[in-house]
Amino acid sequence: MAKKNKETFLNPIGINNPVTVQVLGICSALAVTAKLEPAIVMGISVTIIVAFANVIISLLRNTIPNRIRIIVQLVVVAALVTVVSEVLKAFAYDVSVQLSVYVGLIITNCILMGRLEAFAMQNGPWESFLDGVGNGLGYAKILVIVGFFRELLGSGALFGFRVIPQCVYDAGYLNNGLMLMPPMALIIVACIIWVQRSKNKDLQEK
Amino acid sequence: MATKKFKCKVCGYVHEGDKAPDVCPICGAPASDFEEVKSKKGLDTNSNVYTFIYATLLVVVVALVLALTSALLKSQQEENVRLDKKKQILSSLKIDTKSGDPAALYEQYIKSDIVVDEEGNVIDSVGGFDKTSESLVVYVAEIDGQTKYVIPVNGNGLWGPIWGYVSLNDDKNTVYGTYFSHASETPGLGAEIATAHFQQQFEGKKVADAEGVKLSVVKNGKVENPEFQVDGISGGTITSVGVSDMLHRVLSKYTNFLNK
Repeated sequence: MAKKNKETFLNPIGINNPVTVQVLGICSALAVTAKLEPAIVMGISVTIIVAFANVIISLLRNTIPNRIRIIVQLVVVAALVTVVSEVLKAFAYDVSVQLSVYVGLIITNCILMGRLEAFAMQNGPWESFLDGVGNGLGYAKILVIVGFFRELLGSGALFGFRVIPQCVYDAGYLNNGLMLMPPMALIIVACIIWVQRSKNKDLQEK
Repeated sequence: MATKKFKCKVCGYVHEGDKAPDVCPICGAPASDFEEVKSKKGLDTNSNVYTFIYATLLVVVVALVLALTSALLKSQQEENVRLDKKKQILSSLKIDTKSGDPAALYEQYIKSDIVVDEEGNVIDSVGGFDKTSESLVVYVAEIDGQTKYVIPVNGNGLWGPIWGYVSLNDDKNTVYGTYFSHASETPGLGAEIATAHFQQQFEGKKVADAEGVKLSVVKNGKVENPEFQVDGISGGTITSVGVSDMLHRVLSKYTNFLNK
């Protein structure tokens, strides 16, 4: 059982990553990864919310009427996101200003509904919690990788600090403005999928 | 209840009978992957009545939780918003708010928050801080014996509202410092208006000449009149134009006050 829990936790971070393998949550991966910092904060927020939504739905799973289960899941997620956003506004105002619209965007993240419907509805609270944290971290991992490349190549900076020295610019180097545009996030995600698939033969279609 | 229900944990197939089937007919999982579906005593979770009651209860509970959260945190949130506003005003005066308590610094530097009308007359000598954005508010500050005037501005960027504070020297025409912020401009492009790099360009610029407000943001590299113009952000043109329009529209209303 412990081994199974470990798999529940580790699989979404690596072999069964929600972004690169299940291709969920792509929309927010485009929106928040132009810089590294919001990407990290978004990753952490999604991890917390998936984990708690998974636990709540898992506790309720035997009582939820089958025909309105999606609505029930949505209401739980929306309520949770609203509460988190209110708490941030009251006790971590600076962070909430930084996240602004991204907190609301968490409701629309497909990973949440995907995990609730596919996992929490069938499994106990502890397994669901691990699954939520695992999937959140798997999502955060991809966001950080994409954010790293986009900020480095697009702004020549990391966390807002310039890392590419001025002499490189003097020699004719230019920041790639395309990196800051959302389409570039898709291309970087595609490159990550490419690398992952060429390493894992299991993921390749025949 | 004559039969028990068994559900396959792999594919969700539900088998009815006295015990779980040896092999799942849908996905071929062994009997150990089946778990018994225990139905609550006399409670049919699929009935309309149950669904309605469940939905109603859920909505009421969620509404209560949200209302409670909102009510409990409201005063704390409003305090944060006020504190943030004070920080923004201080930031336009180039006072570092990280080093001390912003509320105390605000008390120290801001001498009054007056309200003026379009003719330039002072209507209210206090209480401008809590006025809506419709009123013409001026914060009068004193730094090292010099009087500074801080004017709040607000307008529209590419995706949503932008706002800021412009502080002027005691000649009411030279920019001392600026602060700009935004709700949802593009990170790395329009959002750069919130950086010190963009805001510092305004320092020392003139607001207006005899013809009216001339302080503006122009396309990067197209500054023709460096007394009044600053460089915009490449790739953030609409946000830059938004800042320019905002300065022109709001500062024009203060023209009479500034000329006095």
